[in-house]
Amino acid sequence: MATQDVIARSATTTERPSIREIGEVAKLIDTSKCIGCKACQVACSEWNDLRDEVGTSHGTYDNPIDLTAESWTVMKFAEYENPQSGNLEWLIRKDGCMHCAEPGCLKACPSPGAIVKYANGIVDFNQDKCIGCGYCITGCPFDVPRLSEKDKKAYKCTLCSDRVSVGLEPACVKTCPTGAIVFGSKEDMKEHAAGRIADLKERGFDKAGLYDPDGVGGTHVMYVLHHADQPSLYSELPNEPAISPLVSLWKGVAKPLALLGMGAAVLAGFFHYTRVGPVRVEEDEAEAPGATGVHQVDPAVHVVDPKEPRA
Amino acid sequence: MKHDIERYTPSQRSNHWAVAILFVLAALSGLALFHPALFGLSGLFGGGTWTRILHPFIGAAMFILFLVLALRFRAHNRLDANDRQWLRQMNDVVHNREEKLPPVGRYNAGQKVLYWVLVLCMLVLLVSGILIWREYFSSYFGITTLRLAAVLHAAAAFVLIVSIIVHIYAAIWIKGSMGAMLYGTVSRAWARKHHPAWAKDVERK
Repeated sequence: MATQDVIARSATTTERPSIREIGEVAKLIDTSKCIGCKACQVACSEWNDLRDEVGTSHGTYDNPIDLTAESWTVMKFAEYENPQSGNLEWLIRKDGCMHCAEPGCLKACPSPGAIVKYANGIVDFNQDKCIGCGYCITGCPFDVPRLSEKDKKAYKCTLCSDRVSVGLEPACVKTCPTGAIVFGSKEDMKEHAAGRIADLKERGFDKAGLYDPDGVGGTHVMYVLHHADQPSLYSELPNEPAISPLVSLWKGVAKPLALLGMGAAVLAGFFHYTRVGPVRVEEDEAEAPGATGVHQVDPAVHVVDPKEPRA
Repeated sequence: MKHDIERYTPSQRSNHWAVAILFVLAALSGLALFHPALFGLSGLFGGGTWTRILHPFIGAAMFILFLVLALRFRAHNRLDANDRQWLRQMNDVVHNREEKLPPVGRYNAGQKVLYWVLVLCMLVLLVSGILIWREYFSSYFGITTLRLAAVLHAAAAFVLIVSIIVHIYAAIWIKGSMGAMLYGTVSRAWARKHHPAWAKDVERK
């Protein structure tokens, strides 16, 4: 994408180019249509040339068990016994970066330009500028970024920013066999979701709804959930995600206040020096009785100390 | 001068300056990661990635040498009733009205408070620093712990840096102090004026 489309940039305090009006995009994941086939995981690793280590089974369908630096999306399978219907529900969620409108990773990142947000809403990591500190992990409300063991750089879903920039949909969307993942303008996706939610409500899921959490300003990856009142049922999807107050303190108000405090301490010293002045010892005091009494020398003897500073 | 009093031995001075040099390096590399306006400081360390790699090792080395220094000086830094009185008369202190203050021993109350603030900051920095050291330790801790550690690390570093600014200024302000740490000696007059109780002790020996 053109550099003028970078509307937010990590460790940058001035405004970014923002006069071009580019519509926001979004990926909509309909959990009610997902069959857990993992084609999206395969498409992601295929398009992005990622080959994660073949791991071991943890006794569940989750494989790998969690996101890694080389698995940017992972299907998470949760078994839920619905107390109302008595049904066992298999809640499958495609986990990955949510592309927040207010990204915690970007707020926490200390390296200028290592994390950017494009005008279309995609949040992208620039590994070339990544220093490997892991602050993005600390900042993320969704526990998404992963540091690679190989190169100590942070990785996550790019929303296929390379494909989107040339008018293609993300690889996972392209491959999804049931149409559970769709991609388009954020407005269109909300509209599409509204239709799906109405359908689900008719089928008895009266708490069905859209997951586009306000706490992070909305996201550019949204879910249709059958149980939108309990997102945490879906393998710990946060109920009310927001940038942690600790992160806001650390990478928000503390930054300018600390610099101000340090600057003020230096200035206070300077002004103290120029107003009150230094404390000098009257060298006459050195000749006070007691000091000289111990070290009487013959007046003819001149003690010369090469180290003594000559005024 | 022949009549001067030794205040610091060569090993104490080397220890102090080793900690001081490591502090400057840790502060510059840490500030680079703290505020975008100071990210340029990472250039001094070979770029952002090198800054990230080096900072924790510098900090760990600083802590170890600081620990040795703090143990050397711990006996002289116990606060007593005179010290509390000294702190109450802060106004006299900053206006150079030293004659009004209670007699000071080897260290005045300000120096003792600095000592304990540094000890506390160093401990907080060590523990929080280990927690947020991604390469070796962070994976063992939960996200809230890490966030808290990041905040505490920054807060302790801020207090430490401001304390050291005060420490350096005090050395510039009180003429004759710098020599104590540079060559090891102070004049007898200096000792009698600023640390009369200590001077009496030394002269008695």
